[in-house]
Amino acid sequence: MAHITRALAGACAVTALSVPALAETLTIATVNNGDMIRMQRMTAPFTEANPDIELDWVTLEENILRERVTTDIATRGGQYDVLTIGNYEVPIWANQDWLLPLSDLPDYDSEDLLPPVRDALSVDGTLYAVPFYAESAMVMYRTDLAEAAGVTISDSPTWAEIRAAAEAMTNKDEEVYGICLRGKPGWGENMAFLTAMANSYGARWFDPDWQPQFDSEEWNATLTDYLDMMTSYGPPGASSNGFNENLSLFQQGKCGIWIDATIAASFVTDPENSTVADSVGFAQFPNKEGVDNHGNWLWSWSLAIPATSDAPEAAKTFVAWATSKAYTEAVAEADGWRNAPAGTRASLYENAEYQEAAPFAEMTLNAIESANTQKASVQDIPYTGGQFVAIPEFQGIGTSVGQQFSAALAGQMSAEDALAGAQSNVTREMTRAGYISR
Amino acid sequence: MARAVSTQTKIGWTIAAWVVALLIFFPILYTVITSFKTEQEAIAGFDLIPSFTLQSYGEVQTQNDYIRPFTNSVIIAVGSTILALIVAIPAAWAMAFAPTKQTKNILMWMLSTKMMPAVAVLVPIYLIFLNTGLMDTRIGLVIILMLMNLPIVVWMLYTYFREIPGEILEAARMDGATLGQEIVHVLTPMAVPGIASTLLLNIILAWNEAFWTIQLTTTNAAPLSAFIASFSSPQGLFWAKLSAASTMAIAPILIMGWFSQKQLVRGLTFGAVK
Repeated sequence: MAHITRALAGACAVTALSVPALAETLTIATVNNGDMIRMQRMTAPFTEANPDIELDWVTLEENILRERVTTDIATRGGQYDVLTIGNYEVPIWANQDWLLPLSDLPDYDSEDLLPPVRDALSVDGTLYAVPFYAESAMVMYRTDLAEAAGVTISDSPTWAEIRAAAEAMTNKDEEVYGICLRGKPGWGENMAFLTAMANSYGARWFDPDWQPQFDSEEWNATLTDYLDMMTSYGPPGASSNGFNENLSLFQQGKCGIWIDATIAASFVTDPENSTVADSVGFAQFPNKEGVDNHGNWLWSWSLAIPATSDAPEAAKTFVAWATSKAYTEAVAEADGWRNAPAGTRASLYENAEYQEAAPFAEMTLNAIESANTQKASVQDIPYTGGQFVAIPEFQGIGTSVGQQFSAALAGQMSAEDALAGAQSNVTREMTRAGYISR
Repeated sequence: MARAVSTQTKIGWTIAAWVVALLIFFPILYTVITSFKTEQEAIAGFDLIPSFTLQSYGEVQTQNDYIRPFTNSVIIAVGSTILALIVAIPAAWAMAFAPTKQTKNILMWMLSTKMMPAVAVLVPIYLIFLNTGLMDTRIGLVIILMLMNLPIVVWMLYTYFREIPGEILEAARMDGATLGQEIVHVLTPMAVPGIASTLLLNIILAWNEAFWTIQLTTTNAAPLSAFIASFSSPQGLFWAKLSAASTMAIAPILIMGWFSQKQLVRGLTFGAVK
């Protein structure tokens, strides 16, 4: 009997000692932006509440991260337990069964997620990723310059209004340019902006038979007006400017109007980094007269769990915590409401403290709520996605078209030639990919 | 007979050389200067006088531990170089002193593998690494970087070995030296300058390699290339922090290059003037 007791006691001791060894390690792949870096700093409450879960972070630049996790997930490598991906990848990867459904997250208020964001991360009503933060696009403009020039920009401006305001604010002698827009080629750079602008002009990438539409009047009007505004009132070298370059120009007081992601609002109104922080106004993404469409730009950095994860339950616990209301409140307590992850939860925008701390909150919410990624154009389309087309081929064709349009902005070709080149390239690629029969 | 060069010409060429050198070095210099600025100063525009704050270095170290990627970089760069030399010295000996009709073709074929974009073989190599347990290990990176740099190492050593008279090796053989003794005790000591410059160049190439070292690692074996990649931000301007991270990543290799520049220049220009 004594032997049995000793054996049992020994077994218990071994089991107890081996508990730490059973701790699961989550490898989390993420991008390097302010919100994600803050999350890495603020995981103490999570690891204290879940001592059996350890967190390993892999932080990479956006394009490298995309390349890295795509290779891993496509080869079923299983190197990561949590992925930071955008709403471009979510529907594509979910359809390949590469992601775990997240409809059963523990104690998770998914009803509080803003409907356009939740829809963009769902396939057939099932959530496959949860949003960490989300953004749309809007107009940011210098109220002091507008006042000095005697122009006003309405809350919901048309492109004609934007053009007139840009003209009035331009003072090239003092290096003040009326309008700054993305020109750097890339599917996530100039084509994000130009696709949203095209949506607001009533254009579309493809008709219901997947025939490219760059030979349409709407695309012609979009590109012609974009080039005209940028060459007349834009900064020099605009074909090299992406989000960060325009952010720098705006913060230095060199742009009258900047139309870009809503996340920029928090940067340009930050007195520590912006010289124009106290004179920035906001307006909805413009539309062309008679077209009821404000671009439908919607991007969300979201947390997803690959089907190859060997710790799916621990990963679900983590993503539920990182995108919860409790996490938002923890950020607000530590760094102020202004730094709370934006664009994902209705409750944040109902919070009076947040509204007070973030003067751009109302316009951001308005922009996100008006974004329809399920039908981005006023015409019939066979695809989803707002400032992109949610098909695997878009990264390639988007960048190829972006190069044509950027070359036109640099003065190397006309708008007509750029559109003809885009039509030809996209037709070829879509035929090769089997969307169009030969 | 050497042509007489006037003092004026010498001064002109010296100034021109300095201007070109400064132009080439300026981006690195400006990165170092920016690393000592605040973020606000960094985005404010061109300015060569920083406020000499160490704030960015502190933030970089807080955000990502520097020691682990640094250690990984040293092990991977030195390990892959030594392994490459062990494989390449006998190969280059064979090609230099016992050539066949196919030697030139083999050399060209080896070099041609460098012309293929690395991404073309990413998926097969990724799968091999997954199935052999080499993923995210230092030994895996040592092997892949050795393989990637091997053609250059063989080519460089072959060029140096060809400058050594074959008669000396024949004499060693006549004195009864075995093949191994001939390579280790006769050839290698004579080719030390060439081997040293090959070693240095290969360490630099391996240190700066930023495709395989990022694709085949996650956390354990990630070197300084992954460390830098984690500071490049798609949204938001963190140039001072990025510059500090870059400076920390390139400082060791710059210091090594500075102290070994004589050997590097000598090795790289070996046989260039006859």
